[in-house]
Amino acid sequence: MVERRPLLLFIQHAVLIFGAAVFVFPIYLAFIASTHTAREVNSGLPLLPGGQMFDNYATVLGEGLSTAGAPPIGLMLMNSTIMALAITLGKLVISLLSSFAIVYFKFPFRVLAFWTIFITLMLPVEVRILPTYEVVAQLGMLNSYAGLSVPLIASATATFLFRQFFMTVPDELTEAARIDGAGPMKFFRDILVPLSRTNIAALFVILFIYGWNQYLWPLLVTTDESYYTIVMGIQRMVNAGEETPQWHLIMTTAILALVPPVVVILGMQRLFVRGLVEVEK
Amino acid sequence: MTLTRSATAVAALMALGASPVAAETEIQFWHAMGGALGEKIEEIAAGFNETQDEFTVVPTYKGNYTENMTASIAAFRAGEQPHIVQVFEVGTATMMAAEGAIKPVQQVMDNADITWDADAYLPAVKSYYTTTDGALLSLPFNSSTPVLWYNRDLLDEAGIKDVPQTWNEMFAAADKLQASGHECAFSFGWQSWVMLENYLAWHDQPIGTKQNGFAGLDTELVFDESEDLTTLLQRIADSQEAGTFRYGGRRGDSLPLFTSGECAMWMNSSAYYAGISDQAEFEFGQAMLPVNTDAAETAQNSIIGGATLWVLEGHPESEYQGVAEFFNYLSSPEVQADWHQFSGYVPITTAAYELSNSQGFYEENPGTDTAIQQLSLNAPTENSRGLRFGNFVQIRDIINEELEDLWAGNKTAAEALSDAAERGNALLREFEGSNS
Amino acid sequence: MARLVALEVHVLTKKVTFSHRWLPYLLVAPQIAITLVFFIWPASQALYQSVLRQDAFGLKTEYVGLANFAKLFNDPLYLQSFYTTITFSALVAGVSMAVALVLAVMADRVVRQATTYRTLLIWPYAVAPAVAGVLWWFLFNPTIGIAAYALDALGYDWNHYVDGGDAMTLIVVAASWRQVSYNFLFFLAGLQAIPKSLTEAAAIDGAGPLKRFVTIQLPLLSPTVFFLLVVNVVYAFFETFGVVHATTDGGPGQATTILVYKVWRDAFQGLNLGSSAAQSVVLMAIVIALTAIQFRFIERKVEY
Repeated sequence: MVERRPLLLFIQHAVLIFGAAVFVFPIYLAFIASTHTAREVNSGLPLLPGGQMFDNYATVLGEGLSTAGAPPIGLMLMNSTIMALAITLGKLVISLLSSFAIVYFKFPFRVLAFWTIFITLMLPVEVRILPTYEVVAQLGMLNSYAGLSVPLIASATATFLFRQFFMTVPDELTEAARIDGAGPMKFFRDILVPLSRTNIAALFVILFIYGWNQYLWPLLVTTDESYYTIVMGIQRMVNAGEETPQWHLIMTTAILALVPPVVVILGMQRLFVRGLVEVEK
Repeated sequence: MTLTRSATAVAALMALGASPVAAETEIQFWHAMGGALGEKIEEIAAGFNETQDEFTVVPTYKGNYTENMTASIAAFRAGEQPHIVQVFEVGTATMMAAEGAIKPVQQVMDNADITWDADAYLPAVKSYYTTTDGALLSLPFNSSTPVLWYNRDLLDEAGIKDVPQTWNEMFAAADKLQASGHECAFSFGWQSWVMLENYLAWHDQPIGTKQNGFAGLDTELVFDESEDLTTLLQRIADSQEAGTFRYGGRRGDSLPLFTSGECAMWMNSSAYYAGISDQAEFEFGQAMLPVNTDAAETAQNSIIGGATLWVLEGHPESEYQGVAEFFNYLSSPEVQADWHQFSGYVPITTAAYELSNSQGFYEENPGTDTAIQQLSLNAPTENSRGLRFGNFVQIRDIINEELEDLWAGNKTAAEALSDAAERGNALLREFEGSNS
Repeated sequence: MARLVALEVHVLTKKVTFSHRWLPYLLVAPQIAITLVFFIWPASQALYQSVLRQDAFGLKTEYVGLANFAKLFNDPLYLQSFYTTITFSALVAGVSMAVALVLAVMADRVVRQATTYRTLLIWPYAVAPAVAGVLWWFLFNPTIGIAAYALDALGYDWNHYVDGGDAMTLIVVAASWRQVSYNFLFFLAGLQAIPKSLTEAAAIDGAGPLKRFVTIQLPLLSPTVFFLLVVNVVYAFFETFGVVHATTDGGPGQATTILVYKVWRDAFQGLNLGSSAAQSVVLMAIVIALTAIQFRFIERKVEY
């Protein structure tokens, strides 16, 4: 602090606490709903936790949600994890490689390669989802982890961000590597990738959340319940038609579904924030 | 312990012996029933699978009605379509126009080696899904119809003895409710279905030309020509000022208005029975929809909503035998009655209704037969057998939008209805264009 | 995340490059292959759709030229949807950036606890849109929602089912929620990167906190502000269909029918593939335009 102004300091904390409270409130509400019975939730949600927490979580984790019409939650969590990780790692690997090629090599068709990749930023996913489905079906990838993840790897976000970062890496490093007689792959492995550590962390978080939160795509490409993801499971419970959805169990599941992305964010917070800013600069 | 174990072993051996090589043929069935109804479907399929060992029906949940239909169409375009797909009633025209993609149920049943009687179905249910020459296109499965839900406690407090049977009585009841200090008299959901499609059928008036679209793609919407509908909707919109009517959103979003006791009456699907009994902390009941005495002395019959099962082309002929057997199983009185009692959907065969009746279901759950009585009040006319308009999912959205403009006071009832008809007709022409 | 494109006339490389006969091809091959199979091919089919009239099952196809486009631009409701989208995007970008900036400035000033606040504010970013929709439904339901109840107590009769303004407010709030977390991270990092010596010097000269913010911090933040502006507008344009889908369904009337929701609805619900494809071509043109703007301003004015 430059100077001490107790009133100002108080206002600052008040604004921040209020802001944080407002922003976390919807999530708090979901948690509250997961601690009550169905009837309590339906007759106007209370603001304080109820006594059903252990019952609800035990129901969801133990018996699964068979009465709410969804496959076992452990399986869905695992599928979501596999899908999110496959998308994240897949994107990171292909993007690191291709942006390395585009930034550090001059080769025929380089510009064409650049545009082929970058044009993927230009069409909303929802629009091409039906023809993409047809391709996946023709390749026999329905009901597989590959079908769930590989088509979503086709996006240039990560490539674009790595390219931006590589452009800021000092040329002296490349010079030095070349003088030492290091080949391109050695340079890539020993210098560029370690330098990109924070960027990789930032993208890991962003992509993991992107993959975890997918809904429409998994719904289309899976018919086998053993490939259902947790977000699909939640939607299925919500979509109870003319029955009453079991909100208390839905919210319990929603809270559980929130745990992995939050763990990823919080665990990688420091790197994530640094990476974000470096990438965009 | 030992006994069970050896029994299991024997059963396993027998299963192996019964079909050493040939696996059972799988029949894919894509549905849109989440929640407990989805579970029930799985139970029904399992029940069928146990009755024979040639076919295995595999039910798969594919999202809500829209998502399920789109997924099936996408699958068809990719050659991966299921055998059976559940489609909501407004998708009927789209499915029907897709000659070459669908296999009429009548044909599936006729080709198969079973005895099956299409006349077992209630006329009001069946007529919605048959061609003009009487062939059944898809199998009715979960059907409902709008009824008037009422809060007995609130009506009693206001001294209203009889549930309103006409719209004039509705408004009179509203005055009494307000006199007793209760503001909101009624609300409704699925407004296009309840207040437009069913209102017109209930009063034997056309929604569109060409027998509500049954007789041809060159049909036009004429609901804006009903003067009594225009006057009634205007009256409802005006009554918002006093708080008599409260709009609570599309589909079933207004349910909490009724279950929380805010509005004394609610018009929506009879299938909300389970949901309402779950939540309502008051005595409730269902009655027939009110009649507008300016339009008709007595009611005609209401029309259904819900979904049917369509059979898609493109599988080996032998597999359709399995589809037919499954459909036959579904139609049996026991399965139908069980489904009806569990779900709150209308019993769609006469036998299922009679079975439920003899089981004492309606005595134990008074009012649950309101829907079926409404549907079978009279033999369906051209105006009340249902409707078949292309692009109707979007047309319903248009009607939603225009009615919302009416409730918000941006338009009069006459303007809203005529704009809805005009925009709807443009979509009908588009559908005609891409399907002929 | 950023659907942000560097539209460059010259696709830059490093001054110092490697040379290798086949290695670069091998390096780009995986991404090119995936892009061709799962993007270029399906996307070109979607574009081809825009000049066709086809039934849902793909059984009857007719070439109609630009008729799908002509119909769109003669439809006053489509034009209105443009207007709705612009309003919505401006509001989302404005609200989410303003709120995030205020919070970031505050957090920056309470140095020691900044990380704690950041940890709290980061949460909404992790919530799936499909789940967020359910949460907002709960909050703002006119009958049982707590937010609606609170507004009612303040004398405001909230009903987003009837009132277009309420509905717009709801989707703006719901869409901004997640975005504030994101903007906050950038602003906070940007502020923390400003050398403390600058603000301290100004303080010694007698400049108050507000003056220091306006004259020193804000100008130095301008690249971040501009970057976030583009990101937020693009987000509001393209990635918010889930929010609308889960809360208002584009209603009441057409009050919240934004372009990307309309594309989705016409394709998924209406099964009107031709019109939907034509709309997506229009959206593509918009992305390219936004990209060009970004190129002109960011790549040129802001030095990296």
